[in-house]
Amino acid sequence: MLLSDSDLQAIWLTVKLSSLVTLVLLLIGTPIAWWLARTRSWLKGPIGAVVALPLVLPPSVLGFYMLLAMGPHGPIGHLTRVLGIGALPFTFWGLALASVFYSMPFMIQPLQNAFEGIGDRPLEVAATLRASPLDTFFTVALPLALPGFISASILTFAHTVGEFGVVLMIGGNLPGVTRVASVQIYDHVEALEYADAHRLAAIMLVFSFVVLLGMYAWRPGTKKTK
Amino acid sequence: MSFLKHLLAVCALITTVGTAHAEKITIAAAADLKFAMDDIVTTFKKANPADEVDITYGSSGKFHTQIQQGAPYDLFFSADIGFPRELAKSGFAASDVKPYAVGRIVLWSNSLDASKMTLAGLSDPKITRVAIANPKHAPYGKRAEEALRAAGLWEKVEPKLVYGESIAHTAQFVQTGNAQVGILALSLAINPELAGKGGYALIPDSLHAPLEQGFVITKRAAGNALAKRFADYMGSKTARAVMAKYGFVLPGDVVSK
Repeated sequence: MLLSDSDLQAIWLTVKLSSLVTLVLLLIGTPIAWWLARTRSWLKGPIGAVVALPLVLPPSVLGFYMLLAMGPHGPIGHLTRVLGIGALPFTFWGLALASVFYSMPFMIQPLQNAFEGIGDRPLEVAATLRASPLDTFFTVALPLALPGFISASILTFAHTVGEFGVVLMIGGNLPGVTRVASVQIYDHVEALEYADAHRLAAIMLVFSFVVLLGMYAWRPGTKKTK
Repeated sequence: MSFLKHLLAVCALITTVGTAHAEKITIAAAADLKFAMDDIVTTFKKANPADEVDITYGSSGKFHTQIQQGAPYDLFFSADIGFPRELAKSGFAASDVKPYAVGRIVLWSNSLDASKMTLAGLSDPKITRVAIANPKHAPYGKRAEEALRAAGLWEKVEPKLVYGESIAHTAQFVQTGNAQVGILALSLAINPELAGKGGYALIPDSLHAPLEQGFVITKRAAGNALAKRFADYMGSKTARAVMAKYGFVLPGDVVSK
C-alpha cells in the first residue's frame, strides 16, 4: 500500500467513528423509529421533523451550533463540565456526539419505514397469542424489519464516513483524534499534495460505490413481485 | 410551452443585466484581510459608484488551487506572497506580483487578558487549548509554528494545539471560548469585534519569517480596466491608511516592533 501512516490513522479513525455512531444510533434510533411508526400522537409530526432536520440543514449550521452548544458557555458544555467530563470540542467523543445528530435520519427513517411496512396484522396476531408487547417486538417486529436494520446501518455508517463540514468545524484537525479521512483529503488538497489526495480520495470513491452497489443489488424489495 | 418562454425570457434578462456592467471584478482575498478589505472596497465604491466589486474570503492556498483550475477571480490577495509568485511563474497572472503588506501574529483570548500574555505563558497548565491556523497550508499557522519553535515552546504547547482551517476559522475557535488562547492575525485582533475583550499581545517578529503578502491580477482579467484601477487604488493614500489601521506594515514603511 502506498498510504502513509497518517493516512492509515485517518482511515482507522473514520472506521472507529462510523462504527461507534452506527452502534449508538441502533440503540437510540430503534425505539424512536418504533414510536414514530406506531404512534398516533400529534407529536409524531414535530419529532419526525426534528429527526429529519440534518437532511436539510447545511453542515455549517449544525457545526456552528454544536461548537456553541459544546463550548464553555453552551448548554452541553455546562452539562459536561458539571459531570466532570470536560469540554467536548476537539475530542473524539465530541465528534461522535455531533455525528450521532448528523446521521440520525439515516438510521431512523429506514427503520421507521421498515416498521411501518410490517403493518398491524402480524402484531395483532401476536397479541391474540398472548405475546407481551416486548415479546412481540423481539420475536415478530425485529425479524420482519431485519432488512430495514441492515440498510439503515449501512447508510448510517457510510454517511458518517462521508461527514466533512461538521468535523471541520468542531474537530480542530487533531491527528488520531478528529482528523478523519475526509479532512485528511482536504488537507492534502490544501497543501497541494495532489498525489496523496488522489490515493485517499480514490479509496473513498471505491468504498462508497461498493457500499451502495451492495445495498441496491441486494435490496429486500426484490424478494416479492408486486 | 409558455413556461419555457418565460424561463427563456428570464435567462435573457439575467444575461443582459450581467453584461450591462462591463466594469465588474471579483476579488479573492486571504481571510486575514476580512475587515481591512471590506473597508477598502467600501471607500473605493463610494468614489466609483458605477463599479461592481465582489469579494470572497478564504485560505490563500485554496484560492491558489482554484485559480489554476480557472476560478473566476480577477484579483488575488494572498497572505503568502509565494502563492501569487507561483501563479505568475506558471502563466496565470496578468501583472507583476505586488507586495501589499506584511502581517503580524498576536496572542488573543476571549476569556483572559491577552495584552499581558507571552508565548511562554502558553505552557501554563491552566491553558488547555491553544488554537492556531493549520501550519500545513495556512501562512499564519506556519508562522505561529515557527514562533513557537523559535521560542523553544513547541514540545510543551503542541499537545494543546487545535488547528483552524484558515485564520478566521482559528479566531472562531477562540471567540466561542473553545480554545482559551489563539495565535491570530493582528489585522483580525485589532478589529472592534474581536478587540472587545482583553486586547492582544504582539509576538516578536524576530521569532518567525516575515508574513510577506502579495497580490496579482489574474490572467482572466488581463483586459479588465477596473482590475487595473483597483490594483492602483491599493497603493493610494486612502487604502494604505486603512491597511495601516488594521495593523499591517506597508511596503516602503519602516518595520516597527
